Amino acid sequence: MARLVLQRLALLVPTLVGLSILLFLWVRALPGGPATALLGERATPEAVERINQLYGFDKPLVEQYLTWVGQLLQGNFGTSTRTGVPVLEEFALRFPATIELTVLALVIAVGVGIPLGYVAARHQGRLLDHTTVVVSLLGVTVPVFFLAFLLKWLFAVQLGIFPSAGRQTPSMIATHPTGFYVLDGLVTREWDAAWDALAHLVLPALALGSIPLAIIARITRASVIEVQNADYVRTARAKGLGRPRLRRRVVLRNAMLPVSTTIGLQVGLLLSGAVLTETVFAFNGIGSFLAAAVFNLDYAVLQGFILFIAVVYALANLAVDVSYGLIDPRMRVR
Amino acid sequence: MSREPLLSIRDLEVTFRTEQGETTAVRGASFDVLPGETVAVVGESGSGKSTTAMAVLGLLAQNGRVSGGSLVFDGEDLARATPAARARLRGREIGMVPQDPMSNLNPVMRVGDQIVEALEDTGVARGAEARRRTVELLEEAGLPDAERRARQYPHEFSGGMRQRALIAMGLACRPRLLIADEPTSALDVTVQRTILDRLEELTHELGTAVLLITHDLGLAAERAQRVVVMYRGEVVETGPAAQLLRDPQHEYTRRLLAAAPSLASRRIQIARSAGETAEADLLASHPGDVHEPAGGAPGASGASSDARPDNIIEVRAVSKRFQLRGRGLWGRGTEITAVDDVSFDIPRGTTVAVVGESGSGKSTVARMMLDLVEPTSGTITFEGRPVGGRDRAAEVEFRRRVQPIFQDPYASLDPLYTVHRTIEEPLRAHGRGDAVSRRARVHELLDAVALPRDLLRRYPAELSGGQRQRVAIARALALEPELVVCDEAVSALDVIVQSQILHLLADLQHRLGLSYLFISHDLAVVRQIADQVCVMERGRIVEQGTVDDVFDRPQQEYTRMLLDSIPGRDLDLRSA
Repeated sequence: MARLVLQRLALLVPTLVGLSILLFLWVRALPGGPATALLGERATPEAVERINQLYGFDKPLVEQYLTWVGQLLQGNFGTSTRTGVPVLEEFALRFPATIELTVLALVIAVGVGIPLGYVAARHQGRLLDHTTVVVSLLGVTVPVFFLAFLLKWLFAVQLGIFPSAGRQTPSMIATHPTGFYVLDGLVTREWDAAWDALAHLVLPALALGSIPLAIIARITRASVIEVQNADYVRTARAKGLGRPRLRRRVVLRNAMLPVSTTIGLQVGLLLSGAVLTETVFAFNGIGSFLAAAVFNLDYAVLQGFILFIAVVYALANLAVDVSYGLIDPRMRVR
Repeated sequence: MSREPLLSIRDLEVTFRTEQGETTAVRGASFDVLPGETVAVVGESGSGKSTTAMAVLGLLAQNGRVSGGSLVFDGEDLARATPAARARLRGREIGMVPQDPMSNLNPVMRVGDQIVEALEDTGVARGAEARRRTVELLEEAGLPDAERRARQYPHEFSGGMRQRALIAMGLACRPRLLIADEPTSALDVTVQRTILDRLEELTHELGTAVLLITHDLGLAAERAQRVVVMYRGEVVETGPAAQLLRDPQHEYTRRLLAAAPSLASRRIQIARSAGETAEADLLASHPGDVHEPAGGAPGASGASSDARPDNIIEVRAVSKRFQLRGRGLWGRGTEITAVDDVSFDIPRGTTVAVVGESGSGKSTVARMMLDLVEPTSGTITFEGRPVGGRDRAAEVEFRRRVQPIFQDPYASLDPLYTVHRTIEEPLRAHGRGDAVSRRARVHELLDAVALPRDLLRRYPAELSGGQRQRVAIARALALEPELVVCDEAVSALDVIVQSQILHLLADLQHRLGLSYLFISHDLAVVRQIADQVCVMERGRIVEQGTVDDVFDRPQQEYTRMLLDSIPGRDLDLRSA
């Protein structure tokens, strides 16, 4: 197991190097440049040159790349050309919101998707199963932003159960030591603030988690159905195993193998989907900031963000592989 | 009858719901099992023997149900019992030893825990007591070093060890009836015998009645007091084992006996008769291919060409070593020798068999002969030229002249190809003829393997196991090979079908002058088909010679042990 983790971490290095080169070239291949984007109609050749000199965009590409990587290794992600603030500071301000949202969406997707798929498999071919299959198909096909609007209209505008936008009710005075609002409320014992932040999270997280939820439910259903028909399940029944133990230890554990792979793959989807959801709910996360960065060709921000996503994605999948080893002893020897 | 039967099956009918409607898998089956008695249910696949066993356990597939008759166990009719009542009987009163040791243990749980959970859920023992009992049960089933083994996972066990664990599991709660569904058919003969011996001793000591489900009449006769023969869902004959063998009443039992390969059987002889040569010429016709490659005239008639060497293939001092991956963080890989210094010849037009247990290296030999695996050292010479490392054209020619037939007719045919497409495929791949001439050739091949033409549009899923293997043989013959490598080609088939295929192979050999390399674990089958035999043990050939020499006068201890392990060896399996 230790060998697997080390191997994977070692593989991450060339992956990131390759990605950083591609990424670096990709953002520079976009039409226009940060200077023209920044200056807009005031973009005289002299002004553009001044900006380029200021940020080093006039230097050869190789030199620019090496400078960027050199800074990265020292923990410096560069400075945003749009706001003039160091990228890391911008991220520290906005990422907690996105992470909070993503984590809750994942919790909903896993926490609802697995039981739903399991129950559907147990009632295979009956009404409950068919309903689940149809609903999960809908979940996959309905676009995130559409579902987001729908949820907002129904639960916020019509019923008024949940707030419609933002991360916290504006009138609420709360302290934010970490930037994770729910966590902040718990740490500072401002229970009402934590509760308020959570209420703001529910609708965006539901919208964001819908697709992964549907996928996880479908995979769980298929996997449980397959395992239920396995020889060792029949043998387990023949040796007199009670239902609870049969379901928990034999069926569910074996059925979780493909599901855990799926969960790992969903993490990347969640992070990119968060951008859309945040826009609908005016949720002040990384989403709107990133959108602005794309329009302004804010090189440092784009590069830093995508690299960060890549690392998160790789680590999430490593976690999945490790969990695989925990579930399935056969993986440990390989 | 002095004792009340423990299990009494009367007019049992089991039906399955399918997309085509209801099908009846068991109809009107009746037989008894007395306390402490071993009853064998014998039949081919699809005869309903396993379905009957599963009906007793209440573990029929979801679409199956008992639709008639009664299953009285210890005075209670299981066909009318509630699911809860039936669940209470499983494990405690009725145990099961399943067929395939590879798929019947939970792969993600330690073997010991799988017995502990059974003891706990049936209320036999709990906690530390259950763990102590588990080790005892594993020892009792003949698993060495049981305490350490109990903490291992199924993938760390060999097939025989897994089967012992499953026996320990089946007997864990001391059931009064044990259902053993083909308990050893996936194992080597020597392992099979020790496991059956152990099972017999144990059930005898414990006074457990055994319902033994098997396709092997010899095994049934050897192990059971009474034998029930099933055919197409019906019980066709029941009687004491010895009597049933001596004086079979039903036609099917007679056929089963006649087909059962035994060591007493002889090489299948195909009588030469006039008119056959013409047929052989027909088979060897080349559709749309007038040009013959200069050096490689296919030996269709086999006898005429005398310029070529007498041996179609010569194997000299061949070894194959595989590198295994190491364990742990810095573990070093180890090397295993699968085939060690093996030499033999295949004289043209004859059959050489390689026999051995799993892991003996016989399949690696087959793969090297097919040029699918490269030998680490040594040489294989085909028609005077070394195999492997040739140019592309020579390789294509070699692949045409040497064809394989594999064990599993379910896995070796493409499920998306029709029978026609399957047989035609090699002709297409080698660019033989046009659509019309290829069709004619496919028809010829179909006739040669005695399959009706109306199968041409069918898919493998619609064929029986025997039909599939005939299709596989037709495909192998399409390019008029000279050497056919049969890797366990009849091992997955029922005895009657097996016997038919063996006769077909012998007939084709005679008509087309084919040479066979016949890989098998089944010595009785080898006796019927082979001229020469090589006995392999752990990568080495320990004995080789003519079939009669090796079987009647074995020189090596290992060969003798293999021969002794064949079930029903000491019984008189005469054809009626």
